[in-house]
Amino acid sequence: MDTKEFLKKLCTGYSVSGHEYSIEETIKLGFKKYADNINVDKLGNIIIIKKGQNNISKLKIMIAAHMDEIGLIVKSIEKNGFIKFTNVGGIDPKTIIGQEVIVHGEKPLFGVVVSKPPHLQEASESEKVPKLEDLYIDLGYDSEKLKEYISVGDVITINREFKELKNDKVTGKSLDNKAGIAVMYESLKILNKTKHKADLYFVCTVQEEVGLRGACTSTYSINPDIGIAIDVGFGSTPELPKYETIDLGKGPGITIGGTIHPKLREKMVEVAKEYNIPFQYEVSPSSTGTDADVIQLTREGIPTLCLSIPLRYMHTSVEVVNIKDIENTAKLLAFFIASISENLEGLLCY
Amino acid sequence: MNIKRGNLLVEFNSKLLKELVTTYGPSGNETNICNYIKEQIKNYVDEITVDNLGNLIARKKGNGKKIMIAAHMDQIGLMITDIDENGFLRFTNIGGVSPFVSLNQHVIFENGVLGIIAMEPMDDISKLKLSNLFIDIGVKNKKEAESLVNIGDVCVYLPHYNENENTVFTSALDDRIGCYVAIETIKNIKNYKNDLYFVFTVQEEVGLRGAKTSAYKINPDICIALDVTGSGDTPKAKTFAVGLHKGTAIKVKDNSILTHPKLRNIMINVAKENNIAYQLEVLEYGGTDSGAVHLTREGVPSGVISIPTRYVHSTTEMVSKKDVLDSIKLLVKLLENDLDI
Amino acid sequence: MLLKKLTEASGVSGHEREVRNIIIDEIKDYVDDLKVDKLGNLIVFKKGKENPKKLMITAHMDEVGLMVIDIDDKGYIKFTTVGGIDKRILISKPVLIGDKKVPGVIGSKPMHLQKKEERDRAIEIDSLYIDIGVDSKEEALKFVNIGDYISFDSKYTEFGDNLIKAKALDNRVGCSLLIELIKEIEDVSFYGVFTVMEEIGLKGAGPAAYNVDPDICIVLEGTLCYDVPQIDTHLIPTRLNNGPAISLIDRTTIFNKTLREKIAEIARSNGIPYQYRKSSMGGNDSGKIHVTKEGSITATISVPCRNIHSPTSVMSKKDYENTLRLLKAILNEYKKGEFISGIQ
Repeated sequence: MDTKEFLKKLCTGYSVSGHEYSIEETIKLGFKKYADNINVDKLGNIIIIKKGQNNISKLKIMIAAHMDEIGLIVKSIEKNGFIKFTNVGGIDPKTIIGQEVIVHGEKPLFGVVVSKPPHLQEASESEKVPKLEDLYIDLGYDSEKLKEYISVGDVITINREFKELKNDKVTGKSLDNKAGIAVMYESLKILNKTKHKADLYFVCTVQEEVGLRGACTSTYSINPDIGIAIDVGFGSTPELPKYETIDLGKGPGITIGGTIHPKLREKMVEVAKEYNIPFQYEVSPSSTGTDADVIQLTREGIPTLCLSIPLRYMHTSVEVVNIKDIENTAKLLAFFIASISENLEGLLCY
Repeated sequence: MNIKRGNLLVEFNSKLLKELVTTYGPSGNETNICNYIKEQIKNYVDEITVDNLGNLIARKKGNGKKIMIAAHMDQIGLMITDIDENGFLRFTNIGGVSPFVSLNQHVIFENGVLGIIAMEPMDDISKLKLSNLFIDIGVKNKKEAESLVNIGDVCVYLPHYNENENTVFTSALDDRIGCYVAIETIKNIKNYKNDLYFVFTVQEEVGLRGAKTSAYKINPDICIALDVTGSGDTPKAKTFAVGLHKGTAIKVKDNSILTHPKLRNIMINVAKENNIAYQLEVLEYGGTDSGAVHLTREGVPSGVISIPTRYVHSTTEMVSKKDVLDSIKLLVKLLENDLDI
Repeated sequence: MLLKKLTEASGVSGHEREVRNIIIDEIKDYVDDLKVDKLGNLIVFKKGKENPKKLMITAHMDEVGLMVIDIDDKGYIKFTTVGGIDKRILISKPVLIGDKKVPGVIGSKPMHLQKKEERDRAIEIDSLYIDIGVDSKEEALKFVNIGDYISFDSKYTEFGDNLIKAKALDNRVGCSLLIELIKEIEDVSFYGVFTVMEEIGLKGAGPAAYNVDPDICIVLEGTLCYDVPQIDTHLIPTRLNNGPAISLIDRTTIFNKTLREKIAEIARSNGIPYQYRKSSMGGNDSGKIHVTKEGSITATISVPCRNIHSPTSVMSKKDYENTLRLLKAILNEYKKGEFISGIQ
């Protein structure tokens, strides 16, 4: 399947943290052609294994991209059938106003976030942002009927179509981090045609958005020699300072910082230059805010890297990425993995 | 009150609960409550150990999966950090303590010394912090105070157990009510499947610490935590679907965990099949031991049975007796299930 | 489906062409006269039984939206609002630009990078922009221009218990009702007027009324509805599923008491549920119509719409049907001749 098609399928499904099993089949079906084995662990992490060739030192490389997305969750059903909700993962209330949603109950139900007409607002009200606590969702049923279809605890996503914009760009919800899954997919395709020594563990992790939880347990069980997190990074837009962002269309961001093993990172840069893959630097002095943070601190510690796909409007339902960046990130990842052929000691020593 | 449930007759055991809530055991100082619980259960379990942090682990042997049932023994408290010239005590919090709730309340130390919490004069009481409060133990000077208490001693709210036909009012229901549910289950369960580890954990209130180490040690296949949750049924309460007298609560989410969906569905089905009243809980804050357990080693599918509670972390928390009995019934029925995930 | 066609069409105030064409197509075979005036108002006449009082029924065709005001060097599109839009609903929405309906998105600064003061404050419109994916001004100009009109990208959707979500229910619902009356009513004389630019100052209505010069005018609207649980009852302007809303007073009109009481009576005697629009905020074409030339008496009948002026307005099919029933019953009474004796 074309990687863009796969990405569209992933974004159209829903996988709010804790409910990633909803896209499990899509992921398994997509990856199985290119993998030796696919397992699902106790928390729902999907582990896609591809064995290396002549792997005498039994090298293990783990690549992690989280498959969960942020969303909302039903917290109560009011007497008139409106529902009150709260967030799963980081949600800016500004991005929920005026949205249409799907509540994933016994069956998916369409609904609308209720807002106060501008005519009824005091002058100062329109400057303030309502809290999620003050918003309601209208599903169009009275509460008795509604309770046949949904319960407290059902998750909610924004009803958003995946769309193509100009210049290789696409927009939709949950490109954070379905773009990362697409990178792993594209990369695995390349690695099916390229020799690599290490055994590869591509992990679609769960619950990253609520605390990097899936990465904890999956890293513990795999215990790799190298861990690489693939996530999204802040794409540049007019109002953001240049130093806080990476540009769309200029390739993956290679992270530099405390979480990242410096020599491994230098090797990543070497590979990019060798193969003429565009890249940028992304600075994260203490934590990256990705699975890399927990991968690094598992068991006795794991040398870790992080690659970021530039993404605009993070955590809204109109995120934007450049498909070429996904392709270049995948290439860089694949060629880096292929380059890990020797005994790692020299590479990993400080 | 008692509820006949099939062949399981469970009466509300006020004596046990009263003794649980009145036994001293703030986080880090759980020895007394640990010993009390040990006495209660020793004749009903196959193995009892106390680990390095003080967790009490009681095993009812069986074949099959290792099921860990966790209820925390510790309670919130105040640790003395300073004794001034006049014998007034200054303190820091152990766990979540509100200055407004603490104002003018009685406290008690392990050795029985009593005190009351008072405040410095304030122009704007809305700015009240713990550092504006002090404990008055009624002594004349520092020397006298030092003969009664030491820096580092921890006191707790003075418990007063009260009840009426439907409800119990006392401090420390968080989480002695969870311990109560566990103890009653241990005593009454007959046809359990699997290998059961009842863990009375320490230091939950300061970061789920006992749960972390006990889970690493036991390495269970499944974990069920027992703890209190809030209620949304008091005047102008923030929206929360759980309330008193509506049954036990099955947790979906809090800040520490998204409960395992398959386990949660088993819990809901077991409740339905056995006509146990239940509510679904989405909590916007807080955490329980399951938060630590589910991320241990390779991960542990975990769920939580919550007891709806009003006024949590105050000097008088409140639960519904019926909800408590429903919680016991659910736990018992759950442990009689294969728990095939 | 008529309402689907109407709401998915783009007709931001000042550029109602697409909507007007759809309406003309629908009604041209059912009217005796049809013209488009110098502002773009569509004025039609149905000849029927003579009546001493000239009747005009009107609905505005335009919707609130946005307009391109600038394109920056990197190809991002700056815009302004057309009509009253709460700027807070603009964040994280897809839009369609111009007659070619070029897709774009209005994003938002990631919350991770917002300072504390920013988190609680709404973003000003001049800090927002539309991203169509191009990387330069030059490229952008191949697809969009300054002055292009922009509407929300929102599909007509039926959901729940007979509810409809769409953009522009204010006032395609009024247009739809008027179209149905034109097609179905026989032997009643009235003027049907589809006005332009109501949302930006009731502009089309005055000249249209000057032209038609009615004695009685009924204005059809989609109106505000805010019936959430935690609001005091007296602050609810209209409720969904409680029937058509009869206006009492707004910022532009004090509605003629005799006329509105007559309408309420007609509703009651035909067993049609109705409600009063309890808010005095807002305004509509009646504001200009009732003071044109020597004046006329007017009534506004509205279908309640939640989330008005947003891409996700919601109305009830039941309210629509009851409003249509009421209008037909009113025209029936009007046909009898002695409709309103004396103007208050």
